[in-house]
Amino acid sequence: MTTFVTDNCKGCRFTDCVTVCPVECFHYDDDMLYIDPDVCIDCSACIPECPVQAIYEDADYPEDKEEWIAINAEKAPNLPVCDSQMDPLPGAEERKAELGF
Amino acid sequence: MSESGTIDNPFLVAIVGAGPSGFYAAEALLKSDQHVRIRMFERLPSPYGLVRSGVAPDHPKLKQAIQVYSKIADSNDFSFIGNVTVGRDITVEELCAHHHAVIFTCGAETDRRLGIPGEDLAGSYTATEFVGWYNGHPDYRDREFDLSHETAVIIGQGNVAADVSRILAKTVDELKHTDIARHALDALAASRIRDIYVIGRRGPAQAKFTAKELREFGELEDCDPVVAAEELILNPASQQELEEKTNIGSKKIYDLFREFSERASGGKSRRVHFQFLRSPVELIGESKLERVKIEKNRLSGEAFNQSARGTGETCEFEAGILFRSIGYRGVPIAGVPFDERAGVFPNTQGRIMDDGKIVPQLYTAGWIKRGPSGIIGTNRACSVETVNSLLEDLGTLSSVEINTDPQDLQQLIDNRGVRTISFDEWQRIDVAEVARGAEANKPREKFTSIEEMFAVLSRP
Ligand SMILES: Cc1cc2nc3c(=O)[nH]c(=O)nc-3n(C[C@H](O)[C@H](O)[C@H](O)COP(=O)(O)OP(=O)(O)OC[C@H]3O[C@@H](n4cnc5c(N)ncnc54)[C@H](O)[C@@H]3O)c2cc1C
Ligand SMILES: NC(=O)c1ccc[n+]([C@@H]2O[C@H](COP(=O)([O-])OP(=O)(O)OC[C@H]3O[C@@H](n4cnc5c(N)ncnc54)[C@H](OP(=O)(O)O)[C@@H]3O)[C@@H](O)[C@H]2O)c1
Ligand code: SF4
Ligand code: SF4
Repeated sequence: MTTFVTDNCKGCRFTDCVTVCPVECFHYDDDMLYIDPDVCIDCSACIPECPVQAIYEDADYPEDKEEWIAINAEKAPNLPVCDSQMDPLPGAEERKAELGF
Repeated sequence: MSESGTIDNPFLVAIVGAGPSGFYAAEALLKSDQHVRIRMFERLPSPYGLVRSGVAPDHPKLKQAIQVYSKIADSNDFSFIGNVTVGRDITVEELCAHHHAVIFTCGAETDRRLGIPGEDLAGSYTATEFVGWYNGHPDYRDREFDLSHETAVIIGQGNVAADVSRILAKTVDELKHTDIARHALDALAASRIRDIYVIGRRGPAQAKFTAKELREFGELEDCDPVVAAEELILNPASQQELEEKTNIGSKKIYDLFREFSERASGGKSRRVHFQFLRSPVELIGESKLERVKIEKNRLSGEAFNQSARGTGETCEFEAGILFRSIGYRGVPIAGVPFDERAGVFPNTQGRIMDDGKIVPQLYTAGWIKRGPSGIIGTNRACSVETVNSLLEDLGTLSSVEINTDPQDLQQLIDNRGVRTISFDEWQRIDVAEVARGAEANKPREKFTSIEEMFAVLSRP
């Protein structure tokens, strides 16, 4: 079982997901967030919180998002932890609208 | 009076209840830029609330949240005071006399009632007691569940109902290497239950399961999921609900029900049947449950606000055991205002309110603040909100005159004849449980009575 963030998060970074994560396994760079699969307990709390539906579990995800499982695993451990809500990136609301949410 | 919030004179905060919301409140306080000392009171010798006694034994990964909590407990500014029931062993007034603030995170420990005739017949149980029993909670270890019938009924379609049905549906082999209590494993090994009916008062689009939990029913070793195709017919408002893009969770649930309904039977020896738009109206039996009388419902109201209304059409069927899984409910504590209708401590952003007025020093988080919904992580955001309110109030709280001498507090508790448990002592119990478990190839074998836990501590 793995839970991972996909490119819908890019350029928005609302971080609603982070506030409900019981184990602080989100990490961030300038673009988006990533989940550390070695720390995540697959509780799914973050999935319904994301306003742009960027987070999936590996039992059920769109085919074109496959690569993000590896990207999360690779990037997250080397990036700083995001343990509380951050300001959305500039243009986040526009991006959300663009994605149809 | 010397200033509070300094290294020499830290703010003293009591937290009542060592579940997730208590630990997340402690975490938020410890992360703040104030000097805070926390005393966490817990009525059991063991911490972790429903993560230990609610989360299903066959979901071990979720219990890893405990690692985060034990790290919080390691802080020098934190102490765990187990085996103390607030409201009985120490009053709320006494806690307020020794702390600048008290945060109630005591969860929702009882259950909602159906309010129908026959509800208390033998054979009609609550999910709360069954879950407590299989998880080895000391309050429920002596319960007995008659599993000698072929048909079981579960009322409610939330994740707790999913846990109860799944535990009944699994084989002993699927459970024996989990931390399920030994007494429960033995009883379940002799279970004759074959058909489990999981009954919702509303439709398949309103079931409260989450996808991951529902999907598990398609993957059981010796149990098939059963959904009749005609059960999946939707009214227009429910169709509208499922078309809404943000309601993707319900859509996934509905699609899983559809998949179950289209599956050929796997010929397995147990079946879990999901049924909708039905409510029990009477439980019937001489001295124990024999039959359940069910009324068909229809939905009324607008999309996302539909409620179940009885149609008057009823039927009866035989069932020897029934579990009510329709939600938990908070328990009042003397000295704290209580909202009887909602079963919570009335509050605004975590500040406890009485008749619309803020009660100084008293705060709340978790299930007793919001009501019994939300998963482990939901309580983190909830506790952060409460702690933010508390930190905003520090100006006034720091002027409350309190007795800061920890010895006086300990003396007070000792005088009541209560033997408290520290976190170090709990860790010894923890190690002993894990060692006992290893003998049976289980991650742990819980001690299910407080006496057994104390016995570990009196070993040399
Ligand atoms: C059966 C069940 C299964 C669940 N499974 C999952 C799951 O798989 N994944 C998930 O994410 N969430 C799950 N949840 C939800 C999760 O357990 C809750 O969201 C969470 O435990 C609520 O936290 P809390 O701290 O408010 O309450 P609790 O966890 O109930 O903690 C309250 C604590 O307060 C103590 N207490 C009560 N009264 C007093 C008193 N007077 N004095 C001192 N101490 C007191 C209790 O002993 C307890 O330790 C489950 C819930 C249930 C009921
Ligand atoms: N694995 C997990 O992640 C996990 C496991 C267990 C629990 N939890 C969480 O813990 C919380 C509590 O779970 P829960 O299952 O107790 O609560 P819940 O999700 O609120 O489900 C309660 C169920 O009972 C029904 N109900 C309520 N009153 C009823 C009545 N009078 N007659 C018939 N049915 C009635 C509800 O139907 P209506 O919708 O019609 O009200 C609903 O189906 C939830 O947030 C849950 O997700 C999570
Ligand atoms: S809520 Fe969604 S968009 Fe926002 S940071 Fe989390 S994953 Fe990214
Ligand atoms: S699934 Fe749970 S543990 Fe994993 S990232 Fe999401 S909230 Fe955190």
